[in-house]
Amino acid sequence: MESFKHIIDTISNPTILFTSTLIIFFFIFPINDWFDKWNRRLKLYVLWSKKSMLLAAILMAAFFLFGLTDPDFRSIVLKPDNVPISGLIFLVYFFTWLSMHQAYENDARLERGESIDERYEAPNDKVLVWPDLVYIEFISLILCSAFLLVWSIGLQAPIEEPANPTESPNPAKAPWYFLGLQEMLVYFDPWMAGVVLPSLIIVGLIAIPYIDNEPAGSGYYSFKNRKLSIALFMFGWLVLWDMLIIVGTVLRGPNWNFFGPFEYWDIHKLEALTNINLSEFIYIKWMNTGLPNNILLREIWGIFLLLGYFLILPPLLARTMCKKIYERLGSFKYSIFIVLILIALTLPIKMYLRWMFNMKYIISIPEYFFNF
Amino acid sequence: MLEKFRETQFYKSIFRGGGVPKSRRQRMMVVLNSVFLHLHPVRLPKHAVKLKFTWCMGGLSFFIFLILTISGILLMFYYRPTIEYAYTDIIDLAEQVPFGIMREVHRWGAHAMVITVWLHMFRVFMTGSYKPPREFNWAVGVILLLLTLLLSFTGYLLPWDQLAIWAITVGSNMARATPFFGHEGPGAALLAIGDINFITMGSDARFALIGGRFMGEAALLRFYVLHCIGLPFIIMIFMAVHFWRIRKDGGISTPV
Repeated sequence: MESFKHIIDTISNPTILFTSTLIIFFFIFPINDWFDKWNRRLKLYVLWSKKSMLLAAILMAAFFLFGLTDPDFRSIVLKPDNVPISGLIFLVYFFTWLSMHQAYENDARLERGESIDERYEAPNDKVLVWPDLVYIEFISLILCSAFLLVWSIGLQAPIEEPANPTESPNPAKAPWYFLGLQEMLVYFDPWMAGVVLPSLIIVGLIAIPYIDNEPAGSGYYSFKNRKLSIALFMFGWLVLWDMLIIVGTVLRGPNWNFFGPFEYWDIHKLEALTNINLSEFIYIKWMNTGLPNNILLREIWGIFLLLGYFLILPPLLARTMCKKIYERLGSFKYSIFIVLILIALTLPIKMYLRWMFNMKYIISIPEYFFNF
Repeated sequence: MLEKFRETQFYKSIFRGGGVPKSRRQRMMVVLNSVFLHLHPVRLPKHAVKLKFTWCMGGLSFFIFLILTISGILLMFYYRPTIEYAYTDIIDLAEQVPFGIMREVHRWGAHAMVITVWLHMFRVFMTGSYKPPREFNWAVGVILLLLTLLLSFTGYLLPWDQLAIWAITVGSNMARATPFFGHEGPGAALLAIGDINFITMGSDARFALIGGRFMGEAALLRFYVLHCIGLPFIIMIFMAVHFWRIRKDGGISTPV
């Protein structure tokens, strides 16, 4: 058992967890025909069968129950404000399964030339709101109220010592739904992780229907003809949002150090890390000259790199990988789409730069609080 | 008895039409005649009442919002947003108020609403329901998501315990780094005339948010007002638009 816990602790390290997720993810949610081919060859779509769902639910519940026997796991999972996250994990899994299950079912039906459930012929297939909808609403309201009451009686809302601005807890964590953003603080400065990226998430979400604007594929679950949009959305929602929240909540302890789910939160755990900037790499490590005094000269490499990333990469992609998208969207919408995607990709890129080279900033101008 | 009561002038004056809706026409009139039910259309495509399709998450989000409004109003009877009283009032809520679980209902309800809003959005995405002609309503929904998170965030400070102030400190410290408008944000130094900076610790975005240089009385009051009046007012406007546009954009999405 101890060795099993040790294995779990090891593989939940962000480097391993994130890398394995990254490798598997687009085979499970194929983003294009190539991945789709492999998805079919490896029969990964069985994940969306009823049996797989039951099996996965049982495994998840078993792991959870087993975890509760461990004091360290218990102390973090049963923290009152973390209870919703446990619920979220099960709900997100279940609803991901439910939507993909129906999507594959609908795709198969359409392929066979059959009709789908959501196809209807007005006015014959219409039902009356009273009573067909009203009673469903009524029952869900009662169930929801009962659930909330039981939860409220069973679990007390957390209250700690009175506020004391001079004594900060370690770790100090934001409310759980913002912990994905707080986790990004490891890789970005506050102006990016706390202000620019959250704003861009909002902008990006609003932009979705203006970029993916073909009315076909609306009104029913489907996957085949929406591979790109669904895979991208799933990556953002499941990996960059939900998974980072779980990492930030469960796997980050004192000093924001990494701790496995079965590991004791030792406040003295040391992680000796000296992160260095790109400019230091170039001038000190490679050229051995020391940092130049002129800020522009010092950071010119990072600036070039970033300009290349945002100005040269998009037209390059438009001619190669993203040719079809470019032709469909036109240059204006394509630019918005690709810039949003590239900005989202800076997060995984910065993660790997950190893990592989201890890279801190690509551009570092602390004189003007501009670190990227 | 009940049948007779339904025939009275009193009953008929409240429920237009009166009687148990039995015929198709009467059932349609129930919806049309009720100010609450007429949020709904009279008839729906059959998949619109299937849980498998809708997950009921949008409806539940709205319902939990109502629960939060009611429990929140009850909490306001007992809670005073000052540093002196806030914490002890919260303790009293559990210990002095008979069957005092209102704070639990409010807190767990808030967590539940964040989750139901996310899942509603997830469902809308997976059924492609954001596509034209519903793209604007999707945008309204995104704003509603943001407002839900802000409501939850502002409420988090009110117990005024260690958990509350440090969570909000972590959050509001981000405002310090806002580009141009935070005193530690990139570009803030550019907003200056000579040696005089316009953006300082006493005039930046964080100062506006918490009403001072440090977490204190002003921050508590600001978050209280935003939580109880400001944000609910804004979210209700957006909710009205959201529900209105569902109907105007053709009701629940159907395959083309």
